[in-house]
Amino acid sequence: MRKAHEEFIDGYEGKLPLKMINEVKANIPDDITKETLEKIMEQIVSRYNESKVHAGEAIGIITSQSIGEPGTQMTLDTFHFAGVSEMNVTVGLPRIIEIFDARKTISTPLMEVFLKPQYNKPEAVKKVALHLKETKIEETVAEIAINILDQTLTIQLKKNILEGLEMKPSDVSALIKAKVKKLNVKTEGDTIIVTYEGKPEEVKEIYLIKEKIKNIRLRGVKGIRQVLPVKRGEEYVILTAGTNLKDVLEQEEVDAKRTTTNDIYEIREVLGIEAARQAVLNEVDKVIEAQGLNINVRHIMLVADMMCGNGEVKGITRYGVIGEKASVLARASFETPIKHIIDASLIGERDELNSVIENVLINQTVPLGTGLPGLVVKVKGEAKDGKE
Amino acid sequence: MKDTFVFKEMGAIEFGILSPKVITGFAAAKIVTPELYDREGYPVDGGLMDIRLGVIDPGLRCKTCGGRLKECPGHFGYIELARPVIHYKFIRHVQNMLSSTCGHCGRILIPDEKISHYRAVLDRVTKEEGPEARRNKIKMILAKMKNKSKCPHCSKKQDKIKLEKPTTFYEGEDKLSPIGLRSRLERIPDKDLELFGYNPQRFRPEWTILTVMPIPPVTMRPSITLETGERSEDDLTHKLSDIIRINQRLFENINAGAPEVIIDDLWDLLQYHVTTYFDNEVPQIPPARHRGGQTLKTLTDRIKSKEGRIRHNLAGKRTDFSARTVISPDPMLSINEVGVPSDIAVNLTIPEKATEWNLEHLKKLVSTGPVKYPGANYVIRPDGKRKRITEETKEEILEELSPGYVIERHLQDGDIALFNRQPSLHKMSMMAHFVRVLPGKTLRLNPAVCAPYNADFDGDEMNLHIPQTEEARAEAECLMLVQNQLISPRYGLCVIGCIQDAVSGNYLLTRDMEMPREEAASMLFALGIEDLSRLSNKKMVTGKEIFSVLLPEDFNFNGKTKSGELVKIKNGEIVSGFMDVLSIGQEKGVMLRSLYEEYGPEKTLPLLDNIFKLGALALTRRGFSIFSADLDLQEETKEKVQAVIREAEQKVGELIDDFHQGKLESLPGRTARETLELRILETLNKARNKGGEIAMSEGRETNAVIMARSGARGNVLNIAQMAAVVGQQALRGKRIDRGYKKRTLSYFAQNDLGPEARGFTRNSFKSGLTPVEFFFGSMTGRESLMDTALRTPKSGYLYRRLSNSLQDVKVEYDGTVRDASGRIVQFQFGEDGIDVSKTENGIINVKRIIEDMK
Repeated sequence: MRKAHEEFIDGYEGKLPLKMINEVKANIPDDITKETLEKIMEQIVSRYNESKVHAGEAIGIITSQSIGEPGTQMTLDTFHFAGVSEMNVTVGLPRIIEIFDARKTISTPLMEVFLKPQYNKPEAVKKVALHLKETKIEETVAEIAINILDQTLTIQLKKNILEGLEMKPSDVSALIKAKVKKLNVKTEGDTIIVTYEGKPEEVKEIYLIKEKIKNIRLRGVKGIRQVLPVKRGEEYVILTAGTNLKDVLEQEEVDAKRTTTNDIYEIREVLGIEAARQAVLNEVDKVIEAQGLNINVRHIMLVADMMCGNGEVKGITRYGVIGEKASVLARASFETPIKHIIDASLIGERDELNSVIENVLINQTVPLGTGLPGLVVKVKGEAKDGKE
Repeated sequence: MKDTFVFKEMGAIEFGILSPKVITGFAAAKIVTPELYDREGYPVDGGLMDIRLGVIDPGLRCKTCGGRLKECPGHFGYIELARPVIHYKFIRHVQNMLSSTCGHCGRILIPDEKISHYRAVLDRVTKEEGPEARRNKIKMILAKMKNKSKCPHCSKKQDKIKLEKPTTFYEGEDKLSPIGLRSRLERIPDKDLELFGYNPQRFRPEWTILTVMPIPPVTMRPSITLETGERSEDDLTHKLSDIIRINQRLFENINAGAPEVIIDDLWDLLQYHVTTYFDNEVPQIPPARHRGGQTLKTLTDRIKSKEGRIRHNLAGKRTDFSARTVISPDPMLSINEVGVPSDIAVNLTIPEKATEWNLEHLKKLVSTGPVKYPGANYVIRPDGKRKRITEETKEEILEELSPGYVIERHLQDGDIALFNRQPSLHKMSMMAHFVRVLPGKTLRLNPAVCAPYNADFDGDEMNLHIPQTEEARAEAECLMLVQNQLISPRYGLCVIGCIQDAVSGNYLLTRDMEMPREEAASMLFALGIEDLSRLSNKKMVTGKEIFSVLLPEDFNFNGKTKSGELVKIKNGEIVSGFMDVLSIGQEKGVMLRSLYEEYGPEKTLPLLDNIFKLGALALTRRGFSIFSADLDLQEETKEKVQAVIREAEQKVGELIDDFHQGKLESLPGRTARETLELRILETLNKARNKGGEIAMSEGRETNAVIMARSGARGNVLNIAQMAAVVGQQALRGKRIDRGYKKRTLSYFAQNDLGPEARGFTRNSFKSGLTPVEFFFGSMTGRESLMDTALRTPKSGYLYRRLSNSLQDVKVEYDGTVRDASGRIVQFQFGEDGIDVSKTENGIINVKRIIEDMK
């Protein structure tokens, strides 16, 4: 019985969205007769068709109103993240603006790193976190002494920090040797002595070398400034300040399917435009949720699709989405009108007047809603009653 | 005038640049003298106010078209410049062209054999990124070219072009005069212009160097006559007369053979005036000023920005048949009505066509005249002539009035009007209401529609518009009427519902009110319900029974109250539970939503009206207020609250001691100081919450508590703050931490970290705040004021950008979502084509359908 029902319901594919079909399947009782099922399905289809958006609906305006109106209710604060004080998160209105601007560098880049199940133990998580965090030699150094006479650098390492990183002084010296050329590196206990290979060079050089050594990355992924393992339900998640999606995904322990960043551009580069569109959706949704506002996803989807429709992430700015409009007058009436008009005249641009604002400018019907359909009456023959 | 209309539609607008030929060709006059008027005050021929350019004085006739003021649209003139000058607005493009073309042969500096290759590249760039990217790409291509100092066509050496801002060009070391410039630009062939992306039919580069200049018609720059009879000219006229004056002098000097230096100086001056005529905000140039020092508003200023032509006059229109005044509430109006003061009703009119059937009615209106209320103001005869109805004309009009005439009659009850409050952030900010003409001076509305308009009555003003055509009225009624806007397209729930007294009234009524049947009957009568067959015949009826009379007989509903009790309505009877915000409130009212879904807008609206009024009536009957004794606690409770606070303060003291002794264990990733702050904040907030709980546990149901429980206004926290303890004042999410050196006020010791010194208010609002507490409270108050003040413009701009980018996105007949150029944005809106306002937050409740049908 059940199977027959499901097959019958599957027949409605194309008439109903997949999500609703699955919902019907989940809720239909086993003991239902075929006739009632048929009736139910017809009812659902008719309800679905009644609920569809009408042709000509100015859905763009509705979307922008739905997002713009609650904008006044959002907060301006940035929140501190639970745990580490330097981990701020931009929330509320500023974050929304940041997303819609499609800024290349965002103010608080963050990642959520999920781990593969076998690493889901407190110690393992801690270890992974440690390996993710970018640590430079500078942070492990107690002192760097320069001996100008001998042209040597004596690096005094902090043993406890090194041990925390599970590294030995010899590892550090090996790294220095690998990263900076033409150096003699000697390790003596906690100190590393660096001298030139061959003839001594200018004094200035040695300072440069010192800076170079300080900036060598000992451990971790470039750009990950802070790590914070947190427990979510049964699972441990590592939150990071700073983002580097590509390199983090390459880490052995990381569950690449779920790990994300809040940097939409990075997602575009690493995972492609469809992922970026989903990222816009998720990020906006996150803010709205946190603010306790109620905006239907469909509206955010439309904005996200508008931003990502060309294959690149475009902001809702005069350089992005609005700058790409076909109509000169639509662009001019937003910002920098003179520039747009001048440029248009040089190219001899033609404004076909088929969007909203141009028709408002020249007092004509706007091609939306009731202004969309045109009626032509075909007059058959002459009027018969002799009157005009 | 006859009743003939010519409908013309504008199909497209093409942009281009005026060539000198066109400028002289369409000019009505050549302007030669800077003088404006002769001694009699008559415009001088060949002056800037020449009547061939149009007229702005009543009585004069335009020499070009013969039209009078308001008939003649104005005509352009021109002046011939003694020496050519550069048009500032094209300077970037000119520079671009100069540095990309050969100084001798005028060809683009790309060898012929490579042109076709690059053309393809450039066309692709244009398609992808627009014309500006194309020009940048040319620069890049040229930069890549190795022998850029030599022309690939004529092999001549190329000098570097430098632009000395704002308007002087140098080629190598030599200054390029506009004359030289012009001849260089003339040499650029059309086919190379295309490579730049320019359209040679619409634009020749030499046209950017002006030899003649169009003079805008006087109608575009009307002078105003001051009270003293003095004339004050428009800024543009001032600027133009400057140009003509200098141009004149330049002519004279050239003809007199004056030394080069003088001519060059005058030439530069002319360039300055022409530049500032186009744009008075050019960097590096001092703006041209009035005698008083005020900068002149020239062409660019007229067009750009919010106050400019485009956004102020073209995108924003002004309308007739509108009114604006202060609003006030009237719960006895229906939700879809608006109360219009009779003063306004006699000024706003509706054109009504006379027919055989309404002639008598209209005659009565005409004979009442324009002053007394239901009357009429104008009559339009079939030949199109308008006649004002006055005491004198009344008789005459009454006599001739016959079918075919149109009477502009006063606004009447039942007319449709659009009602609007700024900022119009929603489509619900402008809805259609039915007019009710009322005495008084304010526009009246039902308080239930305050929410979609975001209106209150502290002096808010609102606008009223009266649609004038049948088509407009039909559209307003079908699309914009309040009942059709009940469901928000943002989240698919009711935006309009019961508020305030209507909520607490229904709450009390349906929870535990009881009254004699007669009283209940009179209350229902007051709502206009005469059929009492559904009211039980008992002597005493409960509030639930009274409320149930309003509901449709076949209505079933299951819901929850705010406190978690089940609400069950079966066959239009409240079986259990009671009404509160979660059933009948706005946004949250689930019962309203299901009423709407089942019975549609036409039935829901009167129902909502009745529920609202019933709540208000019930509350009136019972009596409801709030007074200070509501907030009094018993001595015992007070003591308990105090004890909790004391305990918390003591604990904070201990924490601080621990911190000073270094015993405080810091949380991971935090310093000891931060940990201390967190722990203190936690302790104090706990104490405040506990204090509130104790106060509420007293069990007395005061009016404040009723309001909080029903969800009408306020919450438990508000009551706790008033009755028990206000609690910690937080600034930027922290305790107050600023002010004097190491302390918040000089009243405290330095480094005092105690609760009192950092903004903890241990008093309640009822018991009164100490000066210090009050001061800290004002700090948080100021913070929230600042927050709103900063947020409003930011979110306003975000909204403007969003609506500008999405305004032409619409659903096509095939269900796809497309923008104006037909690009598909989504194949179905929101991936399933569902309209949010037709569903419950975008979800069709499949489960319910199955259960209903089963």
